[in-house]
Amino acid sequence: MRPQTKGSFKVADTVVGANPDTHAAGDDPNRRDFIHIAAAVAAGGAVASLAWPFIDQMNPSGDTLALASVEFDLTKVELGQQVVIKWRGKPLFVRKRTGAEIAAAIKDDKADLRDPQTDEERHKPGKAEWLVVIGTCTHLGCVPTFGGGDFGGWFCPCHGSHYDTSGRIRKGPAPKNLAVPDYAFLSDTKVKVG
Amino acid sequence: MLRKGIALAALGLAMLSAPAALAAGAAAPVKHVEYSFEGPFGKFDQAQLQRGYKVYREVCSACHSMTLMSFRNLGQKDGPFYDPKYPNPNDNPYVKSIAKDYQIKDIDSETGDVIERPGTSADRFPSPFPNEPAARASNGGALPPDLSVMAKARHHGPQYIYSLLTGYKEPPAGLKVGVGQHYNPYMAGDVTAAWSGPHDKVPPGGFIAMAPPLAAGQVTFDDGTKSTLEQEAKDVAAFLTWASEPKMQERKSFGFAAMIYLLIFAGLLYASYRKIWKNVAH
Amino acid sequence: MSGHSNYEPKTGIERWLDTRLPIVRLAYDSIIDFPTPKNLNYWWTFGGILAVCLGIQLVTGIVLAMHYVPHVDHAFASVERIMRDVNYGWLIRYMHANGASMFFIAVYIHMFRGLYYGSYKAPREVLWILGCVIYLLMMATAFMGYVLPWGQMSFHGAVVITNLFGALPIVGEAITTWLWGGFAVDNPTLNRFFSLHYLLPFMIAGVVGLHIWALHVPGNNNPTGVNVKSKEDTVPFHPYYTVKDGFAIVVFLILFASFVFYNPNALGHADNYIPANPLVTPAHIVPEWYFLPFYAILRAVPDKLGGVLLMFGAIAVMFVLPWLDTSKVRSMRYRPTAKLYFFIFLLACLILGYCGGQLPDDHVIPHLSTFTLIDADLNSFVWLSRFAALYYFAYFLVILPILGLTETPLPQPESISAPVLSHPANAPAGAAASPEKRG
Repeated sequence: MRPQTKGSFKVADTVVGANPDTHAAGDDPNRRDFIHIAAAVAAGGAVASLAWPFIDQMNPSGDTLALASVEFDLTKVELGQQVVIKWRGKPLFVRKRTGAEIAAAIKDDKADLRDPQTDEERHKPGKAEWLVVIGTCTHLGCVPTFGGGDFGGWFCPCHGSHYDTSGRIRKGPAPKNLAVPDYAFLSDTKVKVG
Repeated sequence: MLRKGIALAALGLAMLSAPAALAAGAAAPVKHVEYSFEGPFGKFDQAQLQRGYKVYREVCSACHSMTLMSFRNLGQKDGPFYDPKYPNPNDNPYVKSIAKDYQIKDIDSETGDVIERPGTSADRFPSPFPNEPAARASNGGALPPDLSVMAKARHHGPQYIYSLLTGYKEPPAGLKVGVGQHYNPYMAGDVTAAWSGPHDKVPPGGFIAMAPPLAAGQVTFDDGTKSTLEQEAKDVAAFLTWASEPKMQERKSFGFAAMIYLLIFAGLLYASYRKIWKNVAH
Repeated sequence: MSGHSNYEPKTGIERWLDTRLPIVRLAYDSIIDFPTPKNLNYWWTFGGILAVCLGIQLVTGIVLAMHYVPHVDHAFASVERIMRDVNYGWLIRYMHANGASMFFIAVYIHMFRGLYYGSYKAPREVLWILGCVIYLLMMATAFMGYVLPWGQMSFHGAVVITNLFGALPIVGEAITTWLWGGFAVDNPTLNRFFSLHYLLPFMIAGVVGLHIWALHVPGNNNPTGVNVKSKEDTVPFHPYYTVKDGFAIVVFLILFASFVFYNPNALGHADNYIPANPLVTPAHIVPEWYFLPFYAILRAVPDKLGGVLLMFGAIAVMFVLPWLDTSKVRSMRYRPTAKLYFFIFLLACLILGYCGGQLPDDHVIPHLSTFTLIDADLNSFVWLSRFAALYYFAYFLVILPILGLTETPLPQPESISAPVLSHPANAPAGAAASPEKRG
C-alpha cells in the first residue's frame, strides 16, 4: 500500500476549504450535527427495540404457561401422609397433617422464627390439616425430605436446613419458609394450584 | 443507480417467484373470495372465526385432526373467543366450557390405567382417530389430513379451501370416477388416466376421497347468519387461516411500526449521507 | 492491515492495550481510517449488507436453536411451536427463513458486481476465491437449514441432493449411505444436518474475516477499475462509507421487512407446511429459488453423473475465473464488447433460474410444438436450459479468455479523480478548474 502522510481526516478539511458554498464553511462533516446525531440515535433505537423480542423469547412460552396450573384430588392423600406432584417443573408437597403435627406447629408460632409466620397464615382458613408447599429448599433449591431434622418437619440433605411441620425454616442456611403457592379449594376434595 | 438496482432486484424476484405460482398443478384456478384478514392492515373477523370454529367442530373434526391446536388458543388474542377480560386464555370461561365438553384420554397417576377426564384449556384438540392406520381404515384407505396449518400448506390457502369445499360437481361425461372417489376441479392432481374424451380437453382438478362435506343449513350459526354452503365454506376457511397463522395480526401491526421506523431511519441516514458527501466530488 | 497505521492512542488505557493487543488499532485502521476510493457506487454497499445478513442469520439462528427439536417426530411441531407459543417466535423464525433469501439476493448482486467491475483480477484473486468459498459454504448451510423444518420439501429436497453424490462411480453409494447414516434420509440425517447447520455459519464468519483481510491488503476495487494513485483518490472509510453503507443497509432492510411482515411465505413452498412423508413425493419438487440456476443445469444433462459434474462445474469454474479472463482492463465500463457479453451472461443466469422452476418438458412458448431434437421438443424448458447453460460455460471458458486478447478497450482515465473531476454532472462549479484540490 502506498505510504500515507498524516491522518486522512485532514483530507476532509481540505475538501471543505475547497467548497465555494458559504453555508458549508467551517462545517465539520464528521460530528456534532443534528442530522448525524439523529441518525445515530435512530440506529441505537432500532437495535434496542429489536433486542426485546430476542430477550423475551427466553421467557416461558404460551404452552409452558398453559400447563402452569394443576388440579389435584385430595382424596388420594391419607392422614399423616404427603403426596408429591409436579407443578411448573418443581415438586409440590400436598400434606394431610395429623392433629399432633398441627398442634406442634401452632405451639411454635411464638418461637424465635427466622421468617416469622403463624401456622394459620400458611394454610387455608378452616383447612388446617391441608398444608400445600413448594418442595424446594429456599436455600439453593434441593428437595427436602420429610421426617428428618430437629423439628419434625422437613430436612434438606444438601446443606442441612431444618423445617418444622408448618414448613417454616428453623435451623440451617435457608433464609425463608417453604413457599406456599397460590391455590384454592374448588371443593372439599379438590384443590387447584396456580 | 440505486433505483435501477431496486428495480432490477424486484424484477429478479418477480421472475423467481413465478414458478411457485405455477406449481399448483393442473387444478382449476381458485375462486375469488374476499376476506377481512387480507392486505397489510387486514384483521380477523371474530364473529366469522366463531362460525368457522363451529363448522370445524360439528363437521370437519369428525375426520380431521388439528393436533397443533389447544383449546386455550381459541381464547388467545385475535382468536375466536378472545375476551379482553381474560388476557390469559387459560382463564377464559367460555374456552374452559368448550374444553370440558371433550373427554381427554389420560393416564391415572396412581393406577396407571387409561382413563378419560374432561378437557382443560391446556389440552390439545383431540384427534378423531387414535392413529394413522385407524384413520385410513375408517376412510376407505384415504388419510384425512391434519388441518392445523392447512391454509399455509396450499397455495392461496383460504381461497383454495373455499373453492374445494364449494367446488364439487358432477364429473364431465367421459371421466371415470373410481369407487370412493369424487371429482373436484380444485383438487390438485391429474385425471388424464381416467379421461376418455379428447386429449386437449382433459378436465382440470383431481379426485378426492372426501365426499362433499358441507351443505346448506348443515350448521346453525349462533349469530343468526344464514348458513348457506358458501357461508359455511368461507367461515371455516377463515377459521383454518387463523389456526394456521394465529399471530398474523400481531405480525402485521408490528410490521407497520417497523416499516414506519425504517422509513424515517432511512430518511435520516440519507440526509446525513448527503451532508457528509456534499463537498466530495464522486 | 495496509501496513501503515495512523492510530494514535489517546488515553493511558488505550496505550497500555495497544502495546499488548492492538485490537483498537486494528478496528481503527480497518473501519475508521481505511482509505477507500471515493467513487464507489451503491453496488459496493452489498459487502456491508452481507455482513448484516450474516449477523441476522447468526443471531436468529442461535435463538431458534434454543427452541427447535432435531428429531423426526418433533421437528415439524417444534417449528410450529416457535411460530405459535414462543414469545416473538414468529418474528424470529420468519426473519431467519426470509433472511436466507435476502442473503442470497445480496450475495448474487455482490458477485455480479465483482464480475462486471473485474474485482477478481490481480491483485484480488485470493479475495475472489475466498468469496467463492463463502458462497459454497452458504449453499451448504442454506440447504441443510431448509431440511430442518422437516416438511415435505425439506425431506424430498434432502433426498434429491444427497442422491447427487450417488452419481459418483464406485464410491457413490457408500457416500450417500454415509451421509444419511442409514438407508434413507431419516432421523440420523436430520440430527447431523442440524449440527452442521449450526457449525457452518461460524466457518462462514471465519472465512468472511479472511475475505475482509484479503480486501484490506490491496484495498477496494472501484467502478473505474483504475488503481488508487494518490490520497486524492480516497476518502476515509468513516464517516464517508459508514453512512453510505448504512443508508443502503436500511433500504435493504425495508425490502427484508416487507417480506417478513407482509409476505413471509412468498419465497418458500406451501408444500413445506405438510409434515415430511417418505412415502409420497410432492408433485412438483423444486429447490429454493437461489438454487434454481444450478438445478436447471443439473436437469439439462440427460445423464446422472454428467448432470452432477456439470452442476458442480458451474461453481468450480468461478474459482479459476481470475486466470480465465485475459484482459488487463478491470472495469467493463471501458470494455464495451465484454459489457454486452456480460449482460447476456446475466440474462442467461436469470433464464437458468426461471427454467429451474419449470417442468423440463413444458413448452416455453405455450401451445407451440416445434420438432423433437434428440430427446425433447426444441420449444421446451430443457432445451432452453441447455442453451443458457452452454452460454454460462462459454462465457467463462471461451468468451472471457479470447475477448481479452482480441477486443479494443476504451481509453481508461489516468486516475480515479480524473474522470470524477471531468464529469460535468458531479463537479461543483469552480472545482474542476483546480484539479489538485479535491472539489
